[in-house]
Amino acid sequence: MMNYFPDEVLEHVFDFITCHKDRNSVSLVCKSWHRIERYSRRRVFIGNCYSISPERLIARFPGVKSLTLKGKPHFADFNLVPYDWGGFVYPWIKVLAETGIGLEELRLKRMVVSDESLELISKTFVNFQSLVLVSCDGFSADGLAAIAANCRFLRELDLQENEVDDHRGHWLSCFPESCTSLVSLNFACLKGEVNLGALERLVSRSPNLKSLRLNRSVPLDTLQKLLMRAPQLVDLGIGSYVHDPSSEASNKLKHAIQRCKSIMSLSGFLEVAPRCMSAIYPICGNLTTLNLSYAPGIHGNKLTKLIQHCRKLQRLWILDCIGDKGLGVVASTCKELQELRVFPSDPFGAGNDAVTEEGLVLVSAGCPKLNSLLYFCQQMTNAALITVAKNCPNFIRFRLCILDPVRPDPVTNQPLDEGFGAIVQSCKRLKRLSLSGLLTDQVFLYIGMYAEQLEMLSIAFAADSDKGMLYVLNGCKKLRKLEIRDCPFGNAALLEDVGKYETMRSLWMSSCEVTLGGCKTVAEMMPSLNVEIINESDQTEFNLDDGQKVDKMYLYRTLVGHRKDAPESVWIL
Amino acid sequence: MAFEKDFNLDATELRLGLPGTSEESEKQASTTLRISNKRAMTDMNEDSSVAADKKCDQETAPPTKAQVVGWPPIRSYRKNSLQTKKTEAETCGMYVKVSMDGAPYLRKIDLKMYKGYPELLKALEDMFKFKVGKYSEREGYNGSEFVPTYEDKDGDLMLVGDVPWGMFINSCKRLRIMKGSEARGLRCVV
Repeated sequence: MMNYFPDEVLEHVFDFITCHKDRNSVSLVCKSWHRIERYSRRRVFIGNCYSISPERLIARFPGVKSLTLKGKPHFADFNLVPYDWGGFVYPWIKVLAETGIGLEELRLKRMVVSDESLELISKTFVNFQSLVLVSCDGFSADGLAAIAANCRFLRELDLQENEVDDHRGHWLSCFPESCTSLVSLNFACLKGEVNLGALERLVSRSPNLKSLRLNRSVPLDTLQKLLMRAPQLVDLGIGSYVHDPSSEASNKLKHAIQRCKSIMSLSGFLEVAPRCMSAIYPICGNLTTLNLSYAPGIHGNKLTKLIQHCRKLQRLWILDCIGDKGLGVVASTCKELQELRVFPSDPFGAGNDAVTEEGLVLVSAGCPKLNSLLYFCQQMTNAALITVAKNCPNFIRFRLCILDPVRPDPVTNQPLDEGFGAIVQSCKRLKRLSLSGLLTDQVFLYIGMYAEQLEMLSIAFAADSDKGMLYVLNGCKKLRKLEIRDCPFGNAALLEDVGKYETMRSLWMSSCEVTLGGCKTVAEMMPSLNVEIINESDQTEFNLDDGQKVDKMYLYRTLVGHRKDAPESVWIL
Repeated sequence: MAFEKDFNLDATELRLGLPGTSEESEKQASTTLRISNKRAMTDMNEDSSVAADKKCDQETAPPTKAQVVGWPPIRSYRKNSLQTKKTEAETCGMYVKVSMDGAPYLRKIDLKMYKGYPELLKALEDMFKFKVGKYSEREGYNGSEFVPTYEDKDGDLMLVGDVPWGMFINSCKRLRIMKGSEARGLRCVV
């Protein structure tokens, strides 16, 4: 029936389909749908920048306006990947610029972004509106200055957790007086000072500003002035929050904060004097998102008092100094909670303040809508996990990190197989899972059997044999990303079904039992995969013995063969 | 001196730890953290003051268990940010001189060791064998001829206890326990 509609009608219908996975499905229906879809696609998501080339991107989607790219493998976040491994965005910008693409939005994660790239973006794409950089590196304040100075219609500059070389704070002053289009400005991760006067003027002339996240250098009196000029803010990241609660500065701040009736998201407190938190209470009742994970200065009853005001919270990111008791307060207050992340405040220390299984059980009992968890804790028990699984069957993301990586259930001294087994059996919609603690092959049997929707699995220091990995590869039909470290999985598991890897985005294995010979076999059998061996040891040559165990292997499907920009420490088989 | 080589001074050296263990092997066991990522090194040492403080931290911190590369799985950015905060919070003490009128010599205390005024005052009382009076905002310390004062960043002589603790430890340059008539003069200031 749909074939009798003119293209414009189909295009209009497709306009309502925004999710890239759905659009991918649409394009597979028939040739004409494929054609119409590709010309009308505006937003393209590329989960691995080496799976395709910019030329082929443009050939298929000539109308692309928004591009999302991800570079380094996830374990790069934990220093397991050499800094020069790759993920350079410049080649993409260069090709897009040369082909006259009207790029408006660029979202990058774990990529290397040079100042040159930023300058090229700012000078080429006249309608460029949105730059979002997450966990990227390679750029300095000079690159930001180019963006500020040249992107006349910039709406969004969102820098999240990037390592930026920014000793000079001049970039903020580079926004011209004519720039009034800002909707979102996040520079919380920058370490340098910024021109406070320029910041105030910028905020004053940005009536559409909804999201503002400041860095540590922005003092309290500036915050107060900014809030007075931008009472329409929806999302606020506070930089420095140090003041004398009895002073006039504090009263002015209270007044300014109370005017901001739309704030629903609060973060930052990068520097904080906990006695002053009461000024924030008036807006806590509206908060749906609260991120205090960078504010170790707020703890104890100051923290719990704050949370008790946040009855509408849906997302909470916190440090483990909240303690199990504090999580109990969360459980009894935040009935709408969907996402909880508890980060360690002292990753290598004795963990006196840390949370245990008790806190998690309390939250699971009090917050039935919980569907996303990242939980760093001292210990976990099977009984607790089984209870959590019963209380919260809606988990989509479940990431548990027990700080001692091979710790068993401290009560029974058993592995945590049964606990995680309960989670995967109960949570039928589970898409992402990270395991830790003492685990045998049994947990993987459960995962293979029950985790039907699982797309991403992270395993560390687990399993007894190849069987563990095989259960997962055979069972999890929707698996896209598998990352494994320090497990006894060898060639038998790796080579059992190499075709499977073509259905996945990537596989990472480090400190396992796979050998060079095994990896070579995969590469030979599957030309559609890039099999990379990462060797950071001091050896100048790779040991060419096939029986040699491989330290780190990263393989991923690709349509464009071997990449040309790998450093010396990376060998593509 | 030449003859020192012949003495097995190690055997008679006083040191902490069980006999038979040597410092070197303990050091090796506790630093298995392989920093093969050059970038991480430069990031962690980018601030020279942080580096200096870290060095002090390592000398005084208790031995931690062996660290595994990339564990726990926390983003480098977050880890570095925590590290900076920790180092700032634990910079090698905040030592200030404490003088007591009439005492022959001064003492030094680390303000970071105390969580608040009650603890500090108790420590001072123990150290100098005196008692402070009762504190009130209106009248200062009542009931004792000893009054705790401090010199702030501006060089002014201030009464201990008026400002929030955090503000106090950041502005206190030295402590002085005043006694007798001089102290009474200070108390009269409203």
